[in-house]
Amino acid sequence: MSGFFKSSIGRKVAMALSAFFLMFFLIIHLAVNITSLFSADVFNEMSHFMGTNPLVQFALQPVLIFGVVFHFIMGFVLELRNKKAKGVAYAKNNGAANSTWMSRNMVYSGLVILAFLVLHFIDFWFPELNYKYIAVNPEDPTRYFHELQEKFIPVWRVAAYVIAFILLGLHLAHGFASSFQSLGASTIRQKTLQTFGKAYSIIIPLGFIVIALYHHFSHH
Amino acid sequence: MNLTLKIWRQKDSKSKGQMVDYKVTEISEHMSFLEMMDVLNEQLVNSGEEPVAFDHDCREGICGMCSMYINGEAHGPDRGVTTCQLHMRMFKDGDTITIEPFRAAAFPVIKDLVVDRMAFERIQQAGGYISVNTSGNTQDANSIPISKHAADEAMDAATCIGCGACVATCKNSSAMLFVGAKVSQFALLPQGQVEAADRVRNMVAQMDLEGFGNCTNTGACEIECPKGISLENIARMNRELMKSTVS
Amino acid sequence: MALDSKVPHGPIQNKWTDYKNHIDLVNPANKRHIDVIVVGTGLAGGSAAATLAELGYNVKAFAYQDSPRRAHSIAAQGGINAAKNYMGDGDSTYRLFYDTVKGGDYRSREANVYRLAEVSANIIDQCVAQGVPFARDYGGLLDNRSFGGVLVSRTFYAKGQTGQQLLLGCYSAMNRQIARGKIEMFNRHEMLDVVKIDGKARGIIARNLITGEIERHSAHAVVIATGGYGNVYFLSTNAMGSNATAAWKIHKKGAYFANPCFTQIHPTCIPRSGDYQSKLTLMSESLRNDGRIWVPAKIEDAKAIQQRKLKPTEIAEEDRDYFLERRYPAFGNLVPRDVASRAAKERCDAGFGVNATGEAVYLDFAAAIDRYGKTQAKIQNITNPSKEKIYELGQAIVEEKYGNLFQMYEKIVDENPYKTPMMIYPATHYTMGGIWVDYNLMTTVDGLYCIGEANFSDHGANRLGASALMQGLADGYFVLPYTIGDYLSKDIRTGKIPTNTPEFDEAEKEVTDRINFFLNNKGTKSVDYFHKKLGKVMWDKVGMARNAKGLTEAMAEIKAIREEFWKEVKVPGSGNEMNPELEKAGRVADFLELGELFAKDALVREESCGGHFREESAETDGPQKGEAKRNDKDFAFVSAWEYKGEPADAVLHKEQLEFKDIELKQRSYK
Repeated sequence: MSGFFKSSIGRKVAMALSAFFLMFFLIIHLAVNITSLFSADVFNEMSHFMGTNPLVQFALQPVLIFGVVFHFIMGFVLELRNKKAKGVAYAKNNGAANSTWMSRNMVYSGLVILAFLVLHFIDFWFPELNYKYIAVNPEDPTRYFHELQEKFIPVWRVAAYVIAFILLGLHLAHGFASSFQSLGASTIRQKTLQTFGKAYSIIIPLGFIVIALYHHFSHH
Repeated sequence: MNLTLKIWRQKDSKSKGQMVDYKVTEISEHMSFLEMMDVLNEQLVNSGEEPVAFDHDCREGICGMCSMYINGEAHGPDRGVTTCQLHMRMFKDGDTITIEPFRAAAFPVIKDLVVDRMAFERIQQAGGYISVNTSGNTQDANSIPISKHAADEAMDAATCIGCGACVATCKNSSAMLFVGAKVSQFALLPQGQVEAADRVRNMVAQMDLEGFGNCTNTGACEIECPKGISLENIARMNRELMKSTVS
Repeated sequence: MALDSKVPHGPIQNKWTDYKNHIDLVNPANKRHIDVIVVGTGLAGGSAAATLAELGYNVKAFAYQDSPRRAHSIAAQGGINAAKNYMGDGDSTYRLFYDTVKGGDYRSREANVYRLAEVSANIIDQCVAQGVPFARDYGGLLDNRSFGGVLVSRTFYAKGQTGQQLLLGCYSAMNRQIARGKIEMFNRHEMLDVVKIDGKARGIIARNLITGEIERHSAHAVVIATGGYGNVYFLSTNAMGSNATAAWKIHKKGAYFANPCFTQIHPTCIPRSGDYQSKLTLMSESLRNDGRIWVPAKIEDAKAIQQRKLKPTEIAEEDRDYFLERRYPAFGNLVPRDVASRAAKERCDAGFGVNATGEAVYLDFAAAIDRYGKTQAKIQNITNPSKEKIYELGQAIVEEKYGNLFQMYEKIVDENPYKTPMMIYPATHYTMGGIWVDYNLMTTVDGLYCIGEANFSDHGANRLGASALMQGLADGYFVLPYTIGDYLSKDIRTGKIPTNTPEFDEAEKEVTDRINFFLNNKGTKSVDYFHKKLGKVMWDKVGMARNAKGLTEAMAEIKAIREEFWKEVKVPGSGNEMNPELEKAGRVADFLELGELFAKDALVREESCGGHFREESAETDGPQKGEAKRNDKDFAFVSAWEYKGEPADAVLHKEQLEFKDIELKQRSYK
């Protein structure tokens, strides 16, 4: 088994498995956030559950962090190896003739998403850690909605979110079907998967963008 | 047609190479790309220069010897053809054509446009066969019926000509389409089952050892493949390797 | 030296089995101490190398390409014959034997051909076991198609890429042995001479085509499997690198060259389009199963087509001359290759050709598309199908059968062959002649073997379709590995052959001297200039129809070209690097000698047989008027030429051919 994950295909499979987890997480994340468009109470309730449930906090969250870190590190390692495998670059290369921009630039869309994640951690996760474990404030189950609204007041942050999610969309546009291909999904199923993947890669980022824009404009 | 050619010239594997410009005139649109190269070489020989070395042999698209990266694409802009089947009618009078060798760290340049594809040989030697001796007493060919569908699919995988366009095209210089095709051919046939697990493990291990990059599923290889080998073969290889790990 | 074919005695059905049962064997422990060199790794060489290695010999295999998988066997499209009788249409070993001898116009050795037919079925079993994906029917069993010159369906195929799949099969068998260390593979190496010690072949001199290094390799026996010499015509369906150098070098060292004038001109090639052309592309003969060959019946229509004023589809059915169906009602479009080629040439010479050059005939699939379409409509229960529907259904079937060939045609000619008939014209394809070998496949030099297209033995004066692959694999898998054991059994105590002997020194010096000559000869003309010139003489005077006057002229002209070549050839670059021009120079130098012997052989053979058509020897009246006239009384022999310096001085040795199991008849396909 360890031999498998050392092989090129094993690494692909590992990338795909971590991607699956992250894509699943995105659905959950969006599902929670989308409630903020309809009801502050429901949003608060769900956020409170996520923030205090020990299973989520001490089992899923570490796995998530590991998934994110693994996906990034492995992605970069593979990218570096792949660059090396090419050796001398072509004087003229017409990549657009045979592949999509998204597929050729996963590392760049990935980097933007990484930068966004740093911002996202500073915005939400660090304050959250501070609130709970450093300042040790008493738990207030109604605080989440306000925190969310406040974050989306500055235009620059909303813009950053929109750009990052567009890049996430592009990343997913290739990544979704690609991860299935890596796991050996046959091309017949690939057709359906690609359609599904396209829908996914539009709906998920669009959902987050709508949330950001909604709170930005509704607050004024 | 009159054309400007930008061609990679490199004396041998140890020397540094560079792009050199040449002019060719009165090229017929009915010529094949390699016939155009013949015209250039005849011109160079007559003027006392060394002709451009390039691999070629059958000139009918089946031997897999020819290997040029033309205007940024393996085997040039046409689809479903090798360089020798590419015709000059794909170009226009006055065009500048960039011609480079297939690039991959695992395919070092031998001279000019000639590259060393021994890595492919070693991958095949690692398991690209069914272990059966020649005896004259092999069981009758019709003793194992094979569904037409499986036979056709195996045939499609087996049409790979081993030219290396997939590696050349892949931004990662991955050899997975090539290896996937070979693994698939045997995986699809009952004869190949006995050694299937070892085959895929050994061939993939050798592929990794040769320094080919990893597949990121861009699909470029399938599009540039002169024989239209399907990405399905990579997926099948992935399945086969997973299966071999579990079993 | 008298030629001894060493054909075993006894009834033809038992010869091979009895012979195998009585020849000497080498025990497995001794095989480890015996080295065999195999030059050329196509179907014959590749299968021989793999099988010899399986048996336990140490094999050194040589190929000029970067991989055995690229040998020109790979380009064979149509199929491989085998007497399996899976179709139940009455096929048998005898029938395959009979068809091959008859197809070869009774100029092959009976015993060899019978053995070929006998092992043919084993080849299919072997290849299927290796994972060769032959075409199958819906029941999962192997499918067969029919081919020119026969009345049964015995041709196994893998789409239009049978040669490729068979070669990949034996390449995989080789790979297994390379991985085990039993075959040492020398890719990008060219054999430039054979080394004889005490009259026995004991090694070769080869040039590493990457570094230019001249290498010595020794062995207890040497096998030459380097294919045919069709490139003597410059334009042929052979690969650019296909050459006769190995064969010619062993000829110069004592191997007799047999029947050089027996060359096959294949009827279905894409016509040439200009002077720049570097090669001709074959369209599989299998196309003649469904395509109908015709030219306009009226000369004015032909002229209009040549001037592009008329399209073939505009010519009415009654104004078309389906000349093969007209001349040969029994076999129609499926007559053997030589007959089809000459008939096409006859029409074109008479002015009915259809290309701008007037050198092409049509191969039309409209009738087949219509026929298949109607059958499909019935199968799919479509009542009163429209014309378009029939066409659509029929086209799908034709596409399934020949799709890759049609695509290839369209890429080259830029016309859609589903819509307008294909144009075809004969081109040099295969050489039946080659190095003379006995029943053991050994040449006139001890320990020097020759297999596959490079030898002469099985196809007589004309090869039937789908028989080349059969012969290559029969020689390599099933014949040579046995017969060579008989010879090697006497070598078990010899030990390793040293390469630091005077014989190796001398052979290496000859090779080096010649290379240095080319590099230092500051001539004025490129190698291709001479090759093209030779090719034109060959095609014009030693081509599809030959006569004494033309052949005599050809001999003198080739000699003159050769002399000019040695004075004026120009080879740039150096010897210690990859140098394709230098490689070509050596090959063309040999073609320039072989071409003259070729013409001489054609001159001596004053009969028409198979691919060799002497205008002086044709039927003058009766139903066969104009057809080739064979002369069994005076020419039922194999011409085996002994090298004596100049090709013109070569000495003829005759191996008389005896036909005990087949009655000699005029080959009628009417």
